[in-house]
Amino acid sequence: MSAPFQPYLAGHAAPGDTPATPKQVPHRGGDVNPSAAAIKERFADAVRRVDVVWGETTVIVDRARLAEIVRWLHDDAGQRYEYLSDVTAVEFRDRERPLEVVWHLRSIAYRRFLRLKVLIEKGQPLEVPSVYDVYRGADWIERECFDMFGIRFVGHPDLRRILMWESYKEGFPLRKDFPLRGRFSRSEQLRQALAANPEARYSKEELSIADAFEDLPLEMRQRLGRGEAVGE
Amino acid sequence: MGLTPRPQGEVRTAGDEPWVTTRLDFLVNWARANSLWPMPFGTACCAIEFMATAAAKFDLARFGMERMSFSPRQADVLICAGRVPFKLAPVLRRIWQQMPQPKWCISMGACASTGGMFDNYAVVQGIDSIIPVDVYVPGCPPRPEGLLYGILMLQKKVMAERGADESIRTEMRPDPKSQLYIPPSVIDEVSEPFGNSVHQQRSGL
Repeated sequence: MSAPFQPYLAGHAAPGDTPATPKQVPHRGGDVNPSAAAIKERFADAVRRVDVVWGETTVIVDRARLAEIVRWLHDDAGQRYEYLSDVTAVEFRDRERPLEVVWHLRSIAYRRFLRLKVLIEKGQPLEVPSVYDVYRGADWIERECFDMFGIRFVGHPDLRRILMWESYKEGFPLRKDFPLRGRFSRSEQLRQALAANPEARYSKEELSIADAFEDLPLEMRQRLGRGEAVGE
Repeated sequence: MGLTPRPQGEVRTAGDEPWVTTRLDFLVNWARANSLWPMPFGTACCAIEFMATAAAKFDLARFGMERMSFSPRQADVLICAGRVPFKLAPVLRRIWQQMPQPKWCISMGACASTGGMFDNYAVVQGIDSIIPVDVYVPGCPPRPEGLLYGILMLQKKVMAERGADESIRTEMRPDPKSQLYIPPSVIDEVSEPFGNSVHQQRSGL
């Protein structure tokens, strides 16, 4: 960033070098995000592939080096990926095709968007490093990804279900082997849902507000008391 | 009811006051049907149509529903507008249990009535599996006219009730072992009148 940041106000023309919305972007092989080359240069052995699809760059990296790469992308003055848009995962019907965990990073300073992917081959444990240490906002989106796909984010401080209730027993809804209507009968689903105490769905920190810690099941109280917080 | 205004300047003596005869059922039902306070339980796009119904153009207040009661303790009609996921099922049931008798429920829209297009692992397939429903309003979402028609149907239903019929007011027996159980003393405490109704007396019903 050479020039200091100058906001332009409504009614004023944007300066001439303001990036415009790209037009006629090719499906494959558009302009590569310069960060991809930088990652390749610095973490040469960790980068497996770089794809450009509809003008968006995807870098497929090794699972073991992911936390290091994200930390560098966040901290390096030439990258400044300070905003984590999303963490999600993709599973394919193809039984051979690996499951993909996806991180969407945005560099506000350089107006860049970068997608990182880690491939998890079938049969391998669903574990990836957490980026909670880099982006505090990763807390809930990693919990959501865990809730829906069952991917464990190693290093996450409080990896519990977030959308489904904590005692949900049917599995991980967005996995391909999960039936659309769930595994249990409708009456069993309703019975389990109605058996839940609506006020007993807080973390220990939230319970200091809700004051309902004593209402939790003994097992959950012990677990929260130890500071151990895993979903199932 | 046939009340006529007192003519100007006329002095009436005791025993000369106007009076009417009616059935108690009619009088009570007339009062209830025309002052239904809705408890809006809006979870999805049906709630937008519900808001349109309550706003100036369609004006729910014409039917005695001026006051949205966001406390279930002072509501008569639960209007469930939108889909209810399983995670919300115990919440909805507790809100229903917190409402005092007499109470009614309108299930607004396809999702609340049947689960609608959400025939999946997360959504309750019709709120009548959780709480009793009086009127189902179809539509996805229903237009305000549809909801108004449902409300008019509910008013007709209220007008047809008989006080001697105890079955319509019978609830689930409270289970003291349940997590949702609240002792009557606590219910009395939290359902005291508040706000602008501090001068109200509790009806004792």
